[in-house]
Amino acid sequence: MATVELRNVRKQFGTHEVIHGIDLLIQDREFIAFVGPSGCGKSTLLRMIAGLEQVTEGEILIDGSPAQDVPPAKRGLAMVFQSYALYPHMTVAENMSFSLRLSGTPKAEREQKVRTVARILEMEPLLERRPSQLSGGQLQRVAIGRAMVRQPKAFLLDEPLSNLDAALQGQMRLELARLHRELNTTMIYVTHDQLEAMTMADRIVVLNQGNVEQLGSPLELYQHPATFFVAGFIGAPKMNFLDAEVKTVDAQHLTLMLTTGTSITVPAPLQKLNANEKIKLGIRAEHLALEPEGELRGEIEALEHLGPRAYLHTRLADGTRLVAQTDGDTQARPGDHVAFRARSEATHLFNSSGKALTRSDPQAEPC
Amino acid sequence: MRRIGQVRWELAIVVWAVALGMFFPILWMLLCSFKTEIAAVATPPALFFHPTLENYHAVLERADYLAFARNSVLVSLGSTLLALALAIPAAYSMAFFPTRRTRDILLWMLSTRMLPAVGVLVPIYLLWRDLGLLDTVFGLILIDSISVLPIVVWMLFSFFREVPAVILEASRMDGATQIEEMVHVLLPLCTPGIAATALLSIILCWNEAFWSLNLTTVKAATLTTFTASFSSPEGLFWAKLSAASTLSIAPILIFGWMSQRQMVRGLSFGAVK
Repeated sequence: MATVELRNVRKQFGTHEVIHGIDLLIQDREFIAFVGPSGCGKSTLLRMIAGLEQVTEGEILIDGSPAQDVPPAKRGLAMVFQSYALYPHMTVAENMSFSLRLSGTPKAEREQKVRTVARILEMEPLLERRPSQLSGGQLQRVAIGRAMVRQPKAFLLDEPLSNLDAALQGQMRLELARLHRELNTTMIYVTHDQLEAMTMADRIVVLNQGNVEQLGSPLELYQHPATFFVAGFIGAPKMNFLDAEVKTVDAQHLTLMLTTGTSITVPAPLQKLNANEKIKLGIRAEHLALEPEGELRGEIEALEHLGPRAYLHTRLADGTRLVAQTDGDTQARPGDHVAFRARSEATHLFNSSGKALTRSDPQAEPC
Repeated sequence: MRRIGQVRWELAIVVWAVALGMFFPILWMLLCSFKTEIAAVATPPALFFHPTLENYHAVLERADYLAFARNSVLVSLGSTLLALALAIPAAYSMAFFPTRRTRDILLWMLSTRMLPAVGVLVPIYLLWRDLGLLDTVFGLILIDSISVLPIVVWMLFSFFREVPAVILEASRMDGATQIEEMVHVLLPLCTPGIAATALLSIILCWNEAFWSLNLTTVKAATLTTFTASFSSPEGLFWAKLSAASTLSIAPILIFGWMSQRQMVRGLSFGAVK
């Protein structure tokens, strides 16, 4: 159990800076996810916490003590790698007990610890096998088991599920969440898959080009994205964005002229807007409803049936594409001309620099 | 299917022809070693003859074969161990902590193999003389290990590069020091490659003649010196030379035959993942 604190952490590879001064406090026993597109610096950040990558500038504190100059093994952290990184020449039991062997733990104690972890992860029959004899899911379990045996202060997980098939990913997500509850240990989880972050993490750090875009609970990020980037990254299907121009604005309402030629009125944001100012309007798929008199008219290009719900992929008059969620038993068909009404209070507004325009004071999140 | 079968037959004939062509000098040497000196130089050469062991008797009477063989074993094993001890950390560092100059260093190391040994004979001879290393097994081990070092580093470097760096990072997270990382993870993973490298190095050192002839006389002389001592500018010596050569190459030939499986396995290490 540990807190991990980053203070103005920077990382340069040669002259190229990839992490631009990140401040973050990861609470004890928290499950935090670093999420972002590839190349955003999330893995580098994790590797710096692990000690596998030097910090160019700034401080990393583990349980309040500076850790930059502490070698990886002495930081008390355990890491699960994307490619599992098991030792191919060792059995599962040897893989799991390797760290204990290096630290001089007596054999009997090593065996007992390995058996305990194997029991928790339900992989006792695998102990004498070698990694080459295991399936992807089993390899993943061993990698997690190897980390657990060390009883680390915190787990660092670097895209641990990305090599598994979709069904196994779902199962392992639940298992990791259960493990976090049972072990009650800090977990730092890196993923490019926002679904993994949303379903498991207490808090999510959205990273973009080496900067923190937003930090918050999954729901906060989903409901109140701070930037255009976060709005587009969090949530599946992606939020719909429409280019708009401010027509009229008063204390209560904002009327926008869309590039489709129709206008829409939404609650006004706190920030002052001028007439003719160009902004972006964001609408989630579930906040669009089929309605004959709706302001967004277009033609259905494709229909995705997911059982309980369906997604209508629609092209609007100006060519903008829009995804709307509807009931699974919808009668709509590709080629149909339809109209949607947006739930105006659930829409999002972003100014030209990509910052969200808020309608109420956003809850200040300690960073 | 028929075409493929036909091509395979043709290929097999070519392979056999090349293999026999390469083996022929050894076969001829072996045959000559059992001929009399007269029969060995006869034209046309006699394919059928009364084999004799007199050359072997003469060779073994004239020189202490076992002393030369012992030196050959010591020098080839010693040079290989020393070269491995130097090359493993060097290749590890270059494979896992490369810098902008790593490629250049590797090429420079290889370029030293392209320099004819005779080019550095005088400085080496003087150095060895001043250091008291002339005609010592250690002196020969030193120069042989230096001459095989580039090849050993290159081979190990390419084997180490096949090991995913993340496995070593995992061991670092598990608490391994760099030495432990090498001993417990890297070396066991590269055993086939290291074995192949060691075998090749032993063969190269066993067959090394230039330094053995120039830096040793009696005490540290190896089988290559033993063989060369049977060549003379005049007189009949082919049969005895063949017998001496056969005795020199027999151990390494048997060793190579026995270890060919490891060699092939090691040289193709990492080729199929």
